[in-house]
Amino acid sequence: MYSHNGDNFFVVDGHLHFWDASPANWVTGQEQYAKGWIECFHAYMGLGPAETHWPLEKFQKYSEDDFVKDVFEDGYVDVGIFQSTYLKEWYRDGFNTLEKNAELVEKYPDRLIANGRWDPREGEAGLKQLEEDAKRYNLQGVKLYTAEWYQGSRGWSLKSPESQRFLEKCQELGIKNIHVHKGPTIWPLDKDAFDVSDVDYVATNFPALNFIVEHVGLPRIEDFCFMATQEPNVYAGLAVVIGGLMHARPRFFAKVMGELLFWVGEDKMLWASDYAIWEPRWQVEGFVDWTSPDDAEFSDYPRLDTNGKKKILGLNAAKLYGIDVPEEFQIPDEAGEPAAREDAQLVDSA
Amino acid sequence: MNVRARVLEALSEVHDPELDEPITSLGFVTSCKVSRGGDVAILLRLPTPQCAPNFAYLMAADARNVVRRLPEVGRIDVRLEDHYTGEEINAAIARGEGFTGAFPGETDDDQLGALRELFQRKALVARQARLCEALLADGLTPEQVTARRVADLPDDSGARRCLELRDQLGIGREPDAPAFVAPNGEPLAADELTLWLQKARLVRTSLDVNGSICRSLLEIRSRRGAELEEVGA
Repeated sequence: MYSHNGDNFFVVDGHLHFWDASPANWVTGQEQYAKGWIECFHAYMGLGPAETHWPLEKFQKYSEDDFVKDVFEDGYVDVGIFQSTYLKEWYRDGFNTLEKNAELVEKYPDRLIANGRWDPREGEAGLKQLEEDAKRYNLQGVKLYTAEWYQGSRGWSLKSPESQRFLEKCQELGIKNIHVHKGPTIWPLDKDAFDVSDVDYVATNFPALNFIVEHVGLPRIEDFCFMATQEPNVYAGLAVVIGGLMHARPRFFAKVMGELLFWVGEDKMLWASDYAIWEPRWQVEGFVDWTSPDDAEFSDYPRLDTNGKKKILGLNAAKLYGIDVPEEFQIPDEAGEPAAREDAQLVDSA
Repeated sequence: MNVRARVLEALSEVHDPELDEPITSLGFVTSCKVSRGGDVAILLRLPTPQCAPNFAYLMAADARNVVRRLPEVGRIDVRLEDHYTGEEINAAIARGEGFTGAFPGETDDDQLGALRELFQRKALVARQARLCEALLADGLTPEQVTARRVADLPDDSGARRCLELRDQLGIGREPDAPAFVAPNGEPLAADELTLWLQKARLVRTSLDVNGSICRSLLEIRSRRGAELEEVGA
């Protein structure tokens, strides 16, 4: 929890990792990819405040103590959600697998949730694995990385018929939160890998599932916003937005927030630190302090008040994951909010 | 102007297709060498080793093509450095092959035409948004803005780029053609300007933000590279 000026924020971090990208875990012959991946992430860390930067060696592999201190002790995080990311073509034991995340969940069962994953290219074996993972780890969500390289293929689309089978399986298994993470490759390679139209397609076909688009579709934030206004079950995952822009490019940060508030709305935005790319502490403190600039360029954007920040920092994610939030953190009176207006309409028409 | 200066000038015509900015001002050209005999060696470095292979290919191929137009130039060697599909791309470019030459079986389209066109339309929307915003800020009404003709556009780099993009997209640009058009080339009506501009502003913001992230990452990458070299020395 984070308390500031008499306001109490329940903090749910929607995107955490506990990875091992150290050279010992690099697949022989694939070292350049394993090295390139983690060094790319490390460059992103450079967008945060200088005092939060780590040396590359620590960034490749950090300890459980680092995690607990950065996330729980210093980072104000009440509940964190692991987004398992395998990349087994490059990292021998995987970059950040469900098994590894589950070890930490076992130690902190009230503080951590681990999401699984699937890959449609794994076919029947993948479906079976998903079923086993769902039972064993009581999965509520999965994280999908469409740019993952697998046996000569450099990516996949949610529109593929195989993906529909996996989504049907998710529905059947009660896995309702689908986090979608786009990367720089997809099959076929001449298509825009960051395009989110496949999310649009499955969000329409699977209205009972929630689709959380990680880092709000960046670098295709415009496509994401146009899509999210059409699809009630599409959410904005704010990883990279706060970590990558709030400190490094504050005016662009304010614009992106303004656009997201305008197109998507504060009820469908979920904060995430993307730890260990960025530590949560400065993000939570900075976001609670943040106000949009006053000049004309920003005047058309909706404003974000303390209640909006409470939703984005934790209450929205708590709803998606069924996390109990103590009364003191709830928004006390929602009179005048859209939900109340809907009720009023019902009474009128009755 | 010596040959190297002319090569650099030619390279400034190459735009990052996603960001709609010249690769020279983005800092992607890390080295450009011209031998006494006129052979040219160009090194390109993108903000991350993981930048999308299709756009990386387009920039490298475009760089080779614009330099090839210079009559005084001999052999041309364009290389992407520290890129995770650099080997495939560099080899295909050196052989004069298209995108399928770099990634056989992994792509349908040799010229990446549809992808490039999609981003040219986005770029045109974003460029027009900047021009429209400036006019509205000057106090023009939506009617006055949509009544503007190509001949009324200012003579600056933003407007010139709009016209270049219209040429590339086959959208007419005669002096009396509308100054502002929808991505499909249709003129904008005054009563749809506000809605169009809301969407266009988002596209512009997206391009600006992506450009700023790319610049920051490239800066960090160059700084780290320099630090590592110092440590090594």
